[in-house]
Amino acid sequence: MRRFRTAAAAALTTALTAALASGCGGGTTTDGAGSNDKPKELTYWATNQASSLQKDKKILKPELAKFEKQTGIKVKLEVIPWSSLLDRILAAASSGQGPDVLNIGNTWSSSLQKSDALLPFDGKNMAKIGGKGRFSPSALAATGAEGKPPAAVPLYSLTYALYYNKQMFRQAGIDEPPKTWKELVAAGEKLTDDGHYGLALEAGDPVENAHHAFVFAKQHGADFFDASGKPTFDKPGNVKAVKQYVDFLAEDRISAKGNAEYAARQSVRDFAKGKAGMLLWQAAGSQLLGNGMKPADYGVAPVPVQSVSDTGDRGTTSMVAGINLAVFKNTDNIDGALKFVKFMTSDAEQHKLNTTYGSLSPVRAAQKAAPRDKDEKVMRSVLADSAAPLPQVPDESKFETLVGTAMKELFAQAAAGREVTTDSVRERLAKAQQQMRK
Amino acid sequence: MPRGNRPSTAAPVPDPGTSALPPPAPAGAAKDARQDTLASPGHAPAPPPPPSRERGASALRDRVRHAGLPYLLLVPALVLELLVHIVPMVTGITMAFRDLTQEYIRNWGAAPWAGLDNFHIAVDVNAPVGEALLRSFAITCAFTVLAVGLAWLLGATAAILMQDTFRGRGLLRALFLTPYALPVYAAVITWSFLLQRDNGLVNHVLHDQLGLTDAPTFWLVGDNSFVSLVVVSVWRTWPFAFLMLTAALQNIPRDVYEASAIDGAGMWRQIRHITLPALRPVNQVLVLVLFLWTFNDFNVPFVLFGKSAPESADLISLHIYQSSFATWDFGAGSAKSVLLLLFLLLVTAAYLLLTRERAPRATRSRGTRRRKRVHV
Repeated sequence: MRRFRTAAAAALTTALTAALASGCGGGTTTDGAGSNDKPKELTYWATNQASSLQKDKKILKPELAKFEKQTGIKVKLEVIPWSSLLDRILAAASSGQGPDVLNIGNTWSSSLQKSDALLPFDGKNMAKIGGKGRFSPSALAATGAEGKPPAAVPLYSLTYALYYNKQMFRQAGIDEPPKTWKELVAAGEKLTDDGHYGLALEAGDPVENAHHAFVFAKQHGADFFDASGKPTFDKPGNVKAVKQYVDFLAEDRISAKGNAEYAARQSVRDFAKGKAGMLLWQAAGSQLLGNGMKPADYGVAPVPVQSVSDTGDRGTTSMVAGINLAVFKNTDNIDGALKFVKFMTSDAEQHKLNTTYGSLSPVRAAQKAAPRDKDEKVMRSVLADSAAPLPQVPDESKFETLVGTAMKELFAQAAAGREVTTDSVRERLAKAQQQMRK
Repeated sequence: MPRGNRPSTAAPVPDPGTSALPPPAPAGAAKDARQDTLASPGHAPAPPPPPSRERGASALRDRVRHAGLPYLLLVPALVLELLVHIVPMVTGITMAFRDLTQEYIRNWGAAPWAGLDNFHIAVDVNAPVGEALLRSFAITCAFTVLAVGLAWLLGATAAILMQDTFRGRGLLRALFLTPYALPVYAAVITWSFLLQRDNGLVNHVLHDQLGLTDAPTFWLVGDNSFVSLVVVSVWRTWPFAFLMLTAALQNIPRDVYEASAIDGAGMWRQIRHITLPALRPVNQVLVLVLFLWTFNDFNVPFVLFGKSAPESADLISLHIYQSSFATWDFGAGSAKSVLLLLFLLLVTAAYLLLTRERAPRATRSRGTRRRKRVHV
């Protein structure tokens, strides 16, 4: 009897522990290319662009109805939260069961391109949606590896900008927004006093950290990947870049220590509530309004640079952020899917949706109208002149995870009162690079 | 099938012919047994017993039919077991031997075989990946020992204190079980609010009101996150220990305590010599289950810290998630999962072996309990 029980317990244990091993199991081998088996319906996965999933649905539903009226194709909409989007896409890719059309974060473009899960926009497909010439070149640069047909087309574009609190600037006697980091630190020191700080950072969020590291590195003439796609995390320029960003909290002390654990947009709230005088963010307008800050209360300027005379890569002030629209390769309505992409990137829809979401249209024609607000004005000029795409290499997401997490740890160290030196930054980055393995 | 020498009356014996152990029983005994089966409810009436001279062919057919039925009944369970456990497990293990990155997620079969490469990288503790895994493993071990120990201690203490009836006992018991009844996500998200540095309740009490710390403490980043993780995990799991032990305590007869009290045993002696030995079989399972849950826990660290946990609280399940999902390297993630599976199997086997060796000695004195253990 006892032996039986032991065996049963062992079996139970195996089953329990196996749950972990099988966590990433399952999946079939499918090799279906697109077809036109179901010409009357489409499934569309939209990303969460508004303040809630419900709001997204409310915004998109009328547009989808318009599309149905034009083409007779019914679009089933699902808005997917960011926290599960990548997992859902990977599951869809491995099972072959997915949407027909989907939104992706543009930094995933080349990773997904390598997975071969998305329909390439080669000459033929691109022609069906109106041609490459419709899109702004810098937005197109963030749709996949150079020299390959884009894995997606740009839908909504965003760039980082510097937001500053006009009243706090006035009170501190600062006349205009800082153009260089030196000026920003000086302004930050003036703004920092009991309970108020110069700059709000989302320092507990690896992705935000990695984006800033990328821009600072560009400004120092460095890159996190070399031309062949190999990681170069611990190169001096990158170390300098990371240290400069962490130092806002560690050495310059123009950021509150508590920022080290911010990962849920608390920095936007702090800026809106006047706890911090400056913020580096993408299209913050609606989020600021949501936190009670009116457009008249803040100014928008391009992100500072090292020196005003910097041009080219060194003059980079933002990554090309945004959302791309892709067609799933396994779609069973390939013609309908392309029609839908054409519809979503049409001048009218672009104008409407980007205005609603506060983003910037990557379609050239839609950029001709007068900018709707100061956000769009700044973002337009940044996207045109000083934005660079994140490295379009398949390992890009590893870079965001590893470097962003290393920076999160550095911030935590600095906030706990430990010193952050060039050596400790280099050590962290070297460790992150070694984790890249291949 | 039970294999004890004592005839077990509780277990249904369909036919002595199916049991391999006892030698062909004398006719009388066989008849008795057959009457037993006929009497047991839910059993189809058997054909009248053939004369013993004509055994042979028809008896064989009989035996096959009787012996085959249980296996037939097991088929659905077997198929489901294959589908739910074995196939995904084998798939997961196969993945560990492949170089499966995003390039091949559309067609796993095309991923090149990597042999033991993924395992080499994972166990090479002199290289960064292996070193990080080892570190995460050590943290997880420390975390598990602390969290399980504390959860058990709290559960046992509360269960023993609640053993005697008193006014409000039911209310307290219900209150104690609340953390167990709450959905993990909601509960842990609440904790993450409590533990925030600037606006959290914990710092408000510790720093603002009691003035115990010089500056507000970080609970969600940096070294203290380990403490937060242990606290939240214990808070989550101790009600389960409490529940199990409370149930087990109901089985200890009150008269044993009374007798020992007459002999002059105090509370500690009673706990050491009556309560704990009696709880032993329950504890054996309880500690094992708590260990497996805690060691594998993904929800609590994931909800508390997000996708990238602070170094000091880098539990292995989250670490593996990061090295496969966040970095699109599924082969490496699987290899690490397989290693984890092997480790847990090993620990469990060793644990069961050790506790089994000692179990009879502890309970030998009380024959009645011996039977009870069997049903736990």
